[in-house]
Amino acid sequence: MSRISTFLATLALALPLFSAAHAEVPKPAITIENPGTQCVAPPEEMRRNHMEMLKHQRIRTLRLGERGAKVSLNGCIECHASKATGAVTGSRDNFCETCHSYAAVKLDCWDCHQPKAGYKATGAMPAGEHQ
Amino acid sequence: MNAPDNKRRALLAAAGVGAVAIAPGILLVRASVAEEAGTRLASSKVRWGMLIDSTKCSSDCQECVIACNKENGIVEDVADPRQRSQWIRKIDLVEKRTGRQHSLPMMCQHCANPPCVDVCPTGASMKRADGIVLVDRHICIGCRYCMMACPYKARSFVHEPLTTQNPEVPRGVGCVEACTFCVQRVDRGQNPACMEACPQGAILFGDLNDESSELVKRLKEVASTQVRADLKLDTGVRYQGI
Repeated sequence: MSRISTFLATLALALPLFSAAHAEVPKPAITIENPGTQCVAPPEEMRRNHMEMLKHQRIRTLRLGERGAKVSLNGCIECHASKATGAVTGSRDNFCETCHSYAAVKLDCWDCHQPKAGYKATGAMPAGEHQ
Repeated sequence: MNAPDNKRRALLAAAGVGAVAIAPGILLVRASVAEEAGTRLASSKVRWGMLIDSTKCSSDCQECVIACNKENGIVEDVADPRQRSQWIRKIDLVEKRTGRQHSLPMMCQHCANPPCVDVCPTGASMKRADGIVLVDRHICIGCRYCMMACPYKARSFVHEPLTTQNPEVPRGVGCVEACTFCVQRVDRGQNPACMEACPQGAILFGDLNDESSELVKRLKEVASTQVRADLKLDTGVRYQGI
């Protein structure tokens, strides 16, 4: 009896090895949903350095009051929010999350910042949103 | 004793001159970014403050609270009402001896010597050059020492994830928050939402350092009080009629 259960346990542990070749993480699907003007930097630079750009600007905006700089999270949303969900995060198809889930890098900007387009005017919410 | 190394001193002096020459350039760039966007940078020449006339304030009016919630995207219905964020709240006061009742809004007093900044272990609780006290949520760890330190109970902690933030006012779970004097409006040259909303005109916002501002003129005319002035925090918010 114990031999059978050992065999079954070994088989269960070994199964992922057999199927590993078929279970690759899907490559990021990058689509620019609302192509507007040129991004603030070329794609290669954005991919490498967007986090540094945002990190420097967040300090200047919060502590010095520098608003309206070219690097801006609200600016990201304007071009990159998904047409389906209106957001840059929340699903693997959305712009920010597609790479971040591929690279397994936790994305916490949108815990505080509004990830949905349409929240434009001060205090105003898109039609149909819960107030 | 060795003779002073004059060569080294000269070099340091030259470096100092260089730094002075570079610094205004950097400031110029920053100022121009803000100016292009129609905003202004936080300047130490300014000290933002407020005068609240509690004699005009009635206890059944919540207009300032409603306007604050709308401007800053604060949603009222959280699972536990005790966890509701309060950036501004109305307080009713009764003088026991005479029975005189009056009402006033209480919020972050934007102290010149803020205890919340003193106790913050990460530097998240900070005061801008223009005297506005803010929380840098990027480095706030949610320890809530500042909430304990604040004599005005002005700060709130966000317990649940949020989804309906105003894009200009990021706020989220695990961080402490409080009145910002509507910093996003102030940087654009506007007044805080509570002042705009008050039907009695009981709230006056302005620059405490500007002799010609309406706020300073009024402060010269009327008797105003700092709440818990004994703590010597030099509050930016002052009250009339308490």
